[in-house]
Amino acid sequence: MHVESEIHFRDAAAKALLDPQLRANFRRAMDGLISKRRAQFPDPRDLQDLRDLSTAIRSRSLLNLPDLLEQLEASCRKNGIQVHWAETCEQANELILGLLQAKGAKTLVKGKSMVSEEMHLNAFLESKGIEALESDLGEYIIQLDGETPSHIIMPAIHKNKDQIARQFSQKIKDAKYTEDVDELTAMARKVLRQKFLDADAGLSGVNFAVAETGTLCLVENEGNGRMSTHVPPLHIAVMGLEKVVARLEDVAPLYSILTRSATGQAVSTYFNLISGPRGTGEKDGPQEVHLVILDNGRSRIYADPQLRATLRCIRCGACMNHCPVYTRVGGHAYEAVYPGPIGKILTPQMEGVGVRHDLIHGSSLCGACAEVCPVEIPIPEILVRLRREATHEDAGSKVEGRGTGRTATEDWAWRLWAGVLKRPTLYRLAAWFATRFGKALPTGAPLIKDWTRTRTKPVPARRSLQERMRAEGARHD
Amino acid sequence: MTNATADARSAILGRLRASMDTGPLPGLDTAVLERRAWPAAERVVRLRKGMEAVHTEFLDATPADWPAVVRAFCDREGLKNLLFGPASEAGAALADAWTPGGTQLLPYDRPVETFKEELFTGVDAGFTDTVGGVAETGGLLLMPGPAEPRLMSLVPPIHIALLRASTIQNTFWSAVKSLGWGRRLPPNALMISGPSKTADIEQTLAYGVHGPKRLIVVLVQDLS
Amino acid sequence: MSSKPTKVYFYGTCLVDLFFPDAGMAGIQLLREAGLEVIFPQGQTCCGQPAFNCGYWEEARDVARTQVALFPQDLPVILPSGSCAGMMKVHYPELFHGQPDEAKVRAFSARVFELTQFLVEVLDVKLKDLGEPVKVTWHSSCHAVRDLGLKGEPQSLIGQLSNVTLAPLAREHECCGFGGTFSVRQPEISGAMSCDKAADAEATGASVVLSTDGGCLLNVNGTLEAKQSPLRVQHIAEFLWERTHAR
Repeated sequence: MHVESEIHFRDAAAKALLDPQLRANFRRAMDGLISKRRAQFPDPRDLQDLRDLSTAIRSRSLLNLPDLLEQLEASCRKNGIQVHWAETCEQANELILGLLQAKGAKTLVKGKSMVSEEMHLNAFLESKGIEALESDLGEYIIQLDGETPSHIIMPAIHKNKDQIARQFSQKIKDAKYTEDVDELTAMARKVLRQKFLDADAGLSGVNFAVAETGTLCLVENEGNGRMSTHVPPLHIAVMGLEKVVARLEDVAPLYSILTRSATGQAVSTYFNLISGPRGTGEKDGPQEVHLVILDNGRSRIYADPQLRATLRCIRCGACMNHCPVYTRVGGHAYEAVYPGPIGKILTPQMEGVGVRHDLIHGSSLCGACAEVCPVEIPIPEILVRLRREATHEDAGSKVEGRGTGRTATEDWAWRLWAGVLKRPTLYRLAAWFATRFGKALPTGAPLIKDWTRTRTKPVPARRSLQERMRAEGARHD
Repeated sequence: MTNATADARSAILGRLRASMDTGPLPGLDTAVLERRAWPAAERVVRLRKGMEAVHTEFLDATPADWPAVVRAFCDREGLKNLLFGPASEAGAALADAWTPGGTQLLPYDRPVETFKEELFTGVDAGFTDTVGGVAETGGLLLMPGPAEPRLMSLVPPIHIALLRASTIQNTFWSAVKSLGWGRRLPPNALMISGPSKTADIEQTLAYGVHGPKRLIVVLVQDLS
Repeated sequence: MSSKPTKVYFYGTCLVDLFFPDAGMAGIQLLREAGLEVIFPQGQTCCGQPAFNCGYWEEARDVARTQVALFPQDLPVILPSGSCAGMMKVHYPELFHGQPDEAKVRAFSARVFELTQFLVEVLDVKLKDLGEPVKVTWHSSCHAVRDLGLKGEPQSLIGQLSNVTLAPLAREHECCGFGGTFSVRQPEISGAMSCDKAADAEATGASVVLSTDGGCLLNVNGTLEAKQSPLRVQHIAEFLWERTHAR
């Protein structure tokens, strides 16, 4: 039952599974994150109450989304933040290029931003002769190797320190080889502080944007976010349009559940609230702050009442930390900006359910993701819905690429399945054959071939339960 | 706004409006936040515990002797200089009490452009006031501005912050409300819980990655 | 349910019907022993979960409808499977949302119980262990816990057995890798998960892995067999029946 597009996640995952170092790196890291998160929520009632509150806040934000976006725009303008809108990544890239060119900027330091990954901003700017340098340590590490993040919070989690030590000694000028984490960190600090000092512009993402006060909230531990947003004369922030929240008061519980769910921290080192460029009398801070609001398929996701829950996401990464699939294959196997469970529902909705049919089926629907999601996104339910959209062109739905994952083989298989199971006599006949001759099925038969890669062939019992109950003459009315 | 972004704006908002629901908004039950409350003395203990867990160092002081405590720290550490905001109340008090010799007080009283290089390479520590703290998790609340510029608490390798015990709030949520941050915010406000850190290499904590390597809280015991 | 019922329906599920009929028989016996009359409607096939999970909802509904029709009386419907019970209890209402027979299906769903849940919550059964000392481990099926919301009922039943030691898995709540069609659509990942689960079970030192779900049992058993492990799996119903009846 394999359709063409299913092959690539399967292949990439199969390849990843053969790399014991990668598997060990992920397992160790995810185990650590799981236990740290658990320690942050000692009281199940507090956790559930906080999840309910966070879910309600995000749901309210979405219910009022267009109004809040307009309010955010007005508040930002009042604060001196210039607001721009982009429907697509291409538009957003061009917009940012224009802002940089208007200032004659040649170098850009970046705080961590998944939206900028979505836009492939770095590659775009490099092609236009502008240096875009990642300054989050993890992002810096992967940028040195030309890689993409393998986790949305800890982008270099797939690498161990030997790999990083080797890489630093080869790629940083005058660096000696060391596996000491403090020394490695000090090397990056030295390089990057000079970059912060020299940069013409800084770019950041936005964790929450407050409509009422026109505030951009940034959560971080390293201080590179503050460096990128306060040191260069120009600060550009990019956000997905779903990031808006009505009031700063509402941000407090979201922030609290975000850091706990993400890295098991009660609080991050910095929680930075930016509500404007350098003010009257201020001696530092950027002269200009720009906010770019990106759609890139989000308004289409918004249009569907069930799928809209996807937009509640606060990008904590807890779903990937707890996912038995992600833990084993790592982030790169997904070949998507957002890996893990949230990526499995977000990527197909952005790129089309037919194109990324492989991701939708890359889940056992175990539900570990939804269980820990701080904003209660029903990821398995949405996966099932997307599986339906991929194979059915239902009227009314706006899912990109709906129906394009349909294959004649799968259609036929499910029709046959239902044809037998809705007719008890046919089932009885099939069961009779299975119990008598199931043993004789060749291991090379379709499905059985895949099952028996790591398992023995399942052998039906000699008599089915129904047969035994019939023989017993049990009451069956 | 350029034409392209104006077009994008109306297209995006149009699509969102077309699919907006008019259902009732879910209620917000904040009991879980309200439950996080402690007596004043316990708030101090909690804040300290939370921040010490992430390598923040504390110096005890009284309303009268805190400038001397700051001074003693600087001398002990052999700091060449200390960046401060002469226009802030705490900065002025610090300058008043500062005796010549030893660590030199460096006023941050001009635009960063005029001494950016020096700020990054020639300053040992920065001193700032705070507007409060957060007991639940540990954290300092800062409102940088003209009197105490933003980079004072970020660029120098040591950040010394003045915190009055009486200003410690229960939670970030209650602080936002009591400071009125929800109505109006300066261009920059922030919470800081410790020195800059990262765990990006093998989940191993390393301090002092981009920002300060040390955070020193001068805790003024002013609870009656 | 305020008072204890005197009659119940039993829904075997397709996997128990074909692969674990002894578990089905044991479940029925446990209910009978608790003084209940058990009605076993012939014509049972499958709850429809595989098609539902793959997005083929019309096909799933066709099958589900024929199953609902087998249980007309207002009696509890007991399943020896957390996953199928979750499908019937939680997902049927979603599957039939907006359908003409939605109300009828919802009424049916409200009557669905997983076997151990029913034994503990409704019947409050007391078990007497007659078996030799044994060490077992417990695999909690994802759907039993996360869809259906089992809260340790199977473990509390095992806890009643004085000669049974329960050695927990290191990762009790991690998926065994079955996931229905997932096991054949993504055989490499599924296989890796199954092998880890088997290794986890072996590390407990138990001699048998218990679970409430046929899918998990089939998967874990096949994996253990392929590794030529001496460890075996058993459905909880069959285990409880054996322990409380001297052979």
